[in-house]
Amino acid sequence: MDPVAMGAVQAPGVYQGVADVIAAVMLLIEFGMLRQALARDQVRLYMAQSALISVLAIVIAADRNLPDLYALAALSAALKVVAVPLVLRRLLGRPRGNSAPDEEEPGGVAGSQTLSPASAVLAGIVLAAIGFFCFGAMKIHGMAGGPGGKNTAPATALSIAGAMVLVAFGLMIVRRDVASQAIGFFSLENAISLAALVVASGLPLILETAFLFDLLVAVVVFGMLIRAHHTKAESLSTADLTRLRG
Amino acid sequence: MIGVVLALLIVPLVAGLTCFALAAQVAAAVTVVSGLASFALVLAVVPTAAHHDLNYLSYLRADAVSTIFLLATGFLYGAVAVYAVGYLKGHHDRRFYAGLNLFAWAMLAAPLMSSLALLWIAVEVTTIISALLVAIEDTAAAAEAAWKYVLIASAGLGLALLGTVFAYYASAQVLGEHYNLAIQPLIQAGAQLPHTPVRLAFLLALLGYGTKVGLFPVHTWLPDAHSEAPTPVSALLSGSLLAVSFYAILRFYQLTAASLGSGFPRDALLAFGVGSLLLAALYVFGQRDVKRLLAYSSVEHMGILAIGVSFGAPVALAGVMLHVLAHAAAKGNAFMGAGVLVVKFGSKRISALRRASDIQGGLDLLPWSGPLFLLAVFALSAMPPSGIFRSEFQIVYGGLGSGNYAAAAALIVLVTVAFFGLTASATRMLFTPAPLRARPTLSRGEPSAWMVVPVIAGVAVLFILGLHPPGELTGLISRAVAQLGATR
Repeated sequence: MDPVAMGAVQAPGVYQGVADVIAAVMLLIEFGMLRQALARDQVRLYMAQSALISVLAIVIAADRNLPDLYALAALSAALKVVAVPLVLRRLLGRPRGNSAPDEEEPGGVAGSQTLSPASAVLAGIVLAAIGFFCFGAMKIHGMAGGPGGKNTAPATALSIAGAMVLVAFGLMIVRRDVASQAIGFFSLENAISLAALVVASGLPLILETAFLFDLLVAVVVFGMLIRAHHTKAESLSTADLTRLRG
Repeated sequence: MIGVVLALLIVPLVAGLTCFALAAQVAAAVTVVSGLASFALVLAVVPTAAHHDLNYLSYLRADAVSTIFLLATGFLYGAVAVYAVGYLKGHHDRRFYAGLNLFAWAMLAAPLMSSLALLWIAVEVTTIISALLVAIEDTAAAAEAAWKYVLIASAGLGLALLGTVFAYYASAQVLGEHYNLAIQPLIQAGAQLPHTPVRLAFLLALLGYGTKVGLFPVHTWLPDAHSEAPTPVSALLSGSLLAVSFYAILRFYQLTAASLGSGFPRDALLAFGVGSLLLAALYVFGQRDVKRLLAYSSVEHMGILAIGVSFGAPVALAGVMLHVLAHAAAKGNAFMGAGVLVVKFGSKRISALRRASDIQGGLDLLPWSGPLFLLAVFALSAMPPSGIFRSEFQIVYGGLGSGNYAAAAALIVLVTVAFFGLTASATRMLFTPAPLRARPTLSRGEPSAWMVVPVIAGVAVLFILGLHPPGELTGLISRAVAQLGATR
């Protein structure tokens, strides 16, 4: 009888172990963003998280012999590790006319928390737990690779991706500055990429590629709006975006 | 026929791109030609799509369901292209025309995409272009609205993408890893798909695309973006973009119904629909901004669409298809009419749009647009003989016929509440005299004939849909209902 069916714990293979570790580190980085006080440090963390996604894509490409994924990893690294952070830094580097006390350093977003860092991280842990257990309970066991194909993708990494999705939403909610909200969205995109890699590594390349370019366009749009907001409100804070209500 | 479908994708794209390089006035002319040509092309697709599906290069597909949504977008694109010339009179901006054409292009492309992946990409493109259009007037309020829109809608579409990933995961188990997420094979393989990922995919897609549809509780960007965008863009956002996003939900509905049976997706749609209708019915009361008022009315009508699909009966589904078309015409008209009032009185506040003297108000100062705006509001409130009366009647009839008495009763009550809210605001605006000190001195006359003609066309469409829909259209709707209902 199959040992898994008998309830025996199966030791994870090298690929599963690597994928789980990468996913866990990505989640930790997400928590780092949640407590980080400076926008440029958040961008740095985003770079690290994006680099890990590319590494994971390479690992999966090697393990499952999917040459498409190498191209995707390279493209993803070029855009998310180099281009997007470059654009973001350029946009955030010069806070013109910033007079808020928390903005002594360029890109400082420390005063934008609606919760204290400790409470924000606690809320993040609760969200992560909910995401982790909900996705875990669904027992989605990775890509079967067609009828009778080998089952390689680990469910743990998917659960972690679920946790990351919720923490990224949490980041967008607890911060009141446009930079953190934008980075929250970009890391949400990383979480979705992680989920896509672990359960659907054969996903049509066109979707992945379009998604990446879309991200670049989104950065430009976000950038233009951040600029517009800067000029109009003279701060990065969204606390004064209250004209439109009801 | 495939040439027509290709032309539909090429004309607005080329128009949009060339507008960047043209003088603003020439860009306006190009936009009008492209808008009207696109509507003519969509009309040319109808007779064929009413009888069989069109497939091309495995990327493009036009069936009856997608053609209904193409019709809504095509008509509104043509109307708004003409309207924009009057709206921007003296301030023509080629960036605006370029954006308008590209926005329409993305909305026409979405229903033509044969796979869930391409559909997601097209819907995402609509978000990016429309966010820039919302911000184009460069005011603080427009920047705020655009920021909320792009952040909330992008996050929502992130969830929709996750839903698409799970749909791929489910389908790859049956159709193999090289499967490209094409919608039709997925529906055909429905019965074999694993249930949990399909269920998850539907919920994520409903929540994700629902953000763009404006379903409660993820509607929060909608009133801001609709009220702050330039009026031609508001009309397209409300009448067309929301429907295109709803189209994406319908595709996931088909897939889920084929896999799990229609009970689960119908229950989920009912919950979102009733929530949206309740919220909108309450919020239309006491609105002070005419465009926000119309925005909440859009939330109401999207709720009606969701409830209509949840009834599942063929007559209700036919009502839903008709409602997509009638709502596009009525909401386009209402926004375009409100736009004329805003241009005339120089304010969006309902209190500022009151009668300018004891005898002069919007109705007297605007001999065409005043009555046309009132007609549009009555049409939106489902007064006969507008197309919305017919579609809502069909939906309620379908609900009662399929035994959904409580939901049908809730629908009737909430639509009636919204009717009072909407008509009370409109009549307050057009019939109540303003306080003496606030009376502007305005002369009688329309700002531009370009802003009246498309509204008259909209009224004609509403009457045709309400009184006697053409045979080709009825055939198209029947086929769409069969495609949606065949999976039940």
